[in-house]
Amino acid sequence: MTDTQDGCYDAFLDALEASDGYYYECADGHALVPPRRVCPHCGDRELERVELPETGSIVTHTTVAVPTPQFEDDAPYVTAIATFGQAKLTGILRDVDPNDVEIGQEVTVTVDTAETTGDRTITFDRHS
Amino acid sequence: MSKAFVAGTGMTAFGTFPDRRGRDMFAEAGLAALDDAGLGPEDIDEVFYGNFIGTLAENQGHQGPLAAEALGTTAPSRRVESACASSGLAIRDAVRAVRSGEADVVVAGGMERMSNMGTAGATDGLARAADDLFEIRSGVTFPAAYALMARAYFDEFGGDREDLAHIAVKNHDNALVNDHAHLQEEITVDDVLESPEIAAPLTLYDACPISDGAAALVLLSPSYAEEHGLDSGVAITGSGHGGDTMALQDRQSLATAPATRDAAEEAYDDAGISPDDVGFVEVHDCFTIAEVLALEGLGLYSYGEGIGAARRGETRRDGDLPVNLSGGLKAKGHPVGATGAAQVAAVSNLLTGIHPRADAVSEDVTVGLAHNAGGTVASAAVHVLEVTR
Ligand SMILES: [Zn+2]
Repeated sequence: MTDTQDGCYDAFLDALEASDGYYYECADGHALVPPRRVCPHCGDRELERVELPETGSIVTHTTVAVPTPQFEDDAPYVTAIATFGQAKLTGILRDVDPNDVEIGQEVTVTVDTAETTGDRTITFDRHS
Repeated sequence: MSKAFVAGTGMTAFGTFPDRRGRDMFAEAGLAALDDAGLGPEDIDEVFYGNFIGTLAENQGHQGPLAAEALGTTAPSRRVESACASSGLAIRDAVRAVRSGEADVVVAGGMERMSNMGTAGATDGLARAADDLFEIRSGVTFPAAYALMARAYFDEFGGDREDLAHIAVKNHDNALVNDHAHLQEEITVDDVLESPEIAAPLTLYDACPISDGAAALVLLSPSYAEEHGLDSGVAITGSGHGGDTMALQDRQSLATAPATRDAAEEAYDDAGISPDDVGFVEVHDCFTIAEVLALEGLGLYSYGEGIGAARRGETRRDGDLPVNLSGGLKAKGHPVGATGAAQVAAVSNLLTGIHPRADAVSEDVTVGLAHNAGGTVASAAVHVLEVTR
């Protein structure tokens, strides 16, 4: 698998990597991760770009022991969903003992490369 | 709304058949359903065929015509792809075709061939039911997605791995007499708890196997059934379809399945019944936690109550609400594109008394329900089946 160019998604990763993360918000306050043209919850197209908070909080997590071939050398690894303000992101939590991961734990987000493919992936670090 | 009569059912054994082409498996299931209905290929008006990863697994797109051909007809046919809900939604399309009066005789079913892909290949293929940008690239496998929901459920409502283990034990036990089941093997709660972790907190025995197989039904319009004396006594009387965002991260709650709730409400309304009327169900238990999300989404349990149902014995075959008498996806097996059709076939066969677990359905039960979920329940199909005489 190659790191194919995906327009606005790559731009979003670039922004996360530069600690300049953002998300979109519709008039009803739904938080949306780019790329988006329209809110799937209410159909609003007037999406406003909002700065992603620096720290997030883990809402759920898992430790993947049986990966897809794209993450073969990365396993076992922790994948988590974390909420940054209103927005939720899914990423890999780096440098942790899976037994130490807890819901509510604070994290920061960046972009790193997967070991197996070198492709970019959203990555969380424990907030210290 | 008019009914769609179930005139015949057929399925292959579910299991590991890496050398069998999908067209052959679908031919076996579909021809058995036609034989069961007492009809032939020349009677078919239309074919609705569920399949998920055939393009990867068999290097084969455009499988609709191939499926029809396998039944001995060139009648119009389409492939319905909706991940694990592919054939549940193929059946919904078939029901709508019959009800609209556009078709009198339809074959609805599905097939999946996965074991030839190997574990890594199948894991890769199945992951594609998740969102490529937002999930797969962040290392989410399919078991991982359900693990994320399981952990969120524990956090929101309570329950633990042992509760989930009881679901696996129950479904394995139900499959013991089902010779079409992939796994006919008694297991214990400890077996589940001690099996290797695949995506914590889920272990190998929380997961359904990677199965090959096919299932099909013949559905008839009431007028055709009457005219040809083919009233089988069981009909699909309610159909519902619910949707949700692809990625878990875009959902309000990670511990509930709104698509199931929406599909169920539509199906109940359609059939003019309520959850209280349902005597037994076949639900989508690709992972043990999925059975919990299904029972709660279907309104058969309130949120937070479904997790203890198997442990308390309520959903066992001698309980008040038998769940997955066929063995479920967990033990019967989960050839993705065949699953929804196999569930509807099982409910029909349980109501007509020809299913090996039919003795668990009391004589006064006249309503059964099939629930089929796609992806992390971004799609859900619910069908109500009733005894019509
Ligand atoms: Zn909105």
